[in-house]
Amino acid sequence: MALGSLLAWLRVLEEVFKSEMIDEVKTPNLFKWALRFCSDDAVKDVMPRHDRLLEFVVNLIGAWPSPFVNRVRLALKLKSIDYVFLQENFVVKSELLLKSNPIHKKIPVLIHHDKPICESLIIVQYIDEVWSNNGPTLLPSDPYDRAIACFWAAYIDDKLVKAIDVAVKSPDAKKKKAAMEEISPMLAVLEEAFVKCSKGKAFFGGDIIGYVDIAMGPLWGWLKVIESINKLTVLDEATIPNLLKWGERFYNDATVKDVIPQHEKLLDVIIKVFPPMLLHIPSN
Amino acid sequence: MSDHVVLLDSYPSMFGMRVRIALAEKGIEYEYKEEDLSNKSPLLLKMNPVHKKIPVLIHNGRPVCESLVEVQYIDEVWKDKSPLLPSQPYQRAQARFWADYVDKKIYDAVRNIWTTKGEEQETAKKELIDYLKVLEGELGDKPYFGGESFGFVDIALLPFSTWFYAYESLCNFSIEAKCPILIAWVNRCKEKETVSKSLADPHKVYEYLLGIKKKFGI
Repeated sequence: MALGSLLAWLRVLEEVFKSEMIDEVKTPNLFKWALRFCSDDAVKDVMPRHDRLLEFVVNLIGAWPSPFVNRVRLALKLKSIDYVFLQENFVVKSELLLKSNPIHKKIPVLIHHDKPICESLIIVQYIDEVWSNNGPTLLPSDPYDRAIACFWAAYIDDKLVKAIDVAVKSPDAKKKKAAMEEISPMLAVLEEAFVKCSKGKAFFGGDIIGYVDIAMGPLWGWLKVIESINKLTVLDEATIPNLLKWGERFYNDATVKDVIPQHEKLLDVIIKVFPPMLLHIPSN
Repeated sequence: MSDHVVLLDSYPSMFGMRVRIALAEKGIEYEYKEEDLSNKSPLLLKMNPVHKKIPVLIHNGRPVCESLVEVQYIDEVWKDKSPLLPSQPYQRAQARFWADYVDKKIYDAVRNIWTTKGEEQETAKKELIDYLKVLEGELGDKPYFGGESFGFVDIALLPFSTWFYAYESLCNFSIEAKCPILIAWVNRCKEKETVSKSLADPHKVYEYLLGIKKKFGI
């Protein structure tokens, strides 16, 4: 009974990781026992089928450097949800990704109860709603505060993310420089937003990490990366003192550290995998 | 406590229409203030200092900005009537996904249509039709995007239909010929009084667009 009750979950693991653990050749007696056990009438009524259990496995398709993926990983960590992290390589998109997100073909994709959910902030809201009894609430419960949090998350995605993307990826040095120049005033706006939202506390969400922290936090390492690549400062203590302190606090938070990569690792990925991003801007 | 609701808006704005529809669906009384976008009011600049854009919903003196944020806010505050988002988390995520698709794809595609010429314009027309066909696929044979009830994705997309006549007239093509299912959905939605009273008249939108083109030499 002790081992038998685990059999369905062992089948789940075999399915997820595509490898056989109780194998007809390597463990023949255990294999025969498992077949006998599962066929027993008393057991059949009680044991769930492994394909039903598979629905409870949470899968996340992603890649560790992606700030969008890391938003979702952070939300899952805050809610103490175990998941299988299916990492994409940087070269060819997997069939599962293309099937799960046929519209945008992008990571992250959360697969829960066999259904895909796409777009990082939509996934974070989904996680907050499904696991509403687990851990902290990520979005404020008051509708007005929630609207403000959604406003700032949208600002971060519509403005800051787009500019960082150009500052990292553009092969045109002038466009990179222009993007850097757009980022400083955006951070000044977010400095004001932080002061208003935090009301003197540690995070945008107050005492604990919340939705806007999750939206913004994974970008912090990338802001340091674009400073390195483009040899320009955007994280300036004179203009964004509170945001700087928030950034360091977030980056060094115990919950966050396991999930959000340090910027040196991100820079390493760029150097090894995407060298064209390392164009330096002209010195004039 | 009685609610005081003000909407800062501009008649032809697709984003403003979204909020008008949501307010009408919930039966909320509000004060409509038409903004002159070439001469923005001090109230608009104060209520939306970050983007300085309409629509802005002002509820008991507090501003909410960004049209889809406003629609969700309206749905949450006035939750006892006409739910706009589904109740289940997965369906809610799907509704948000498709509304986000409209924002990411449709707005830029339509903007490219009337601000470009020649080959660029042909590409923009094709892109718009491609994206609308994806949305048609998502609608399928359902009466509304949300299924049996009118909801969030319908509200997100519907206002763009008021600009179709303008694009078709300017660029000599027919959206209905390419996307008949979508146009049938538009007409079905317009049978609802909450929708027909909230949407701008396509002919007035066309005049507005001609005015903009002339003013900015586009």
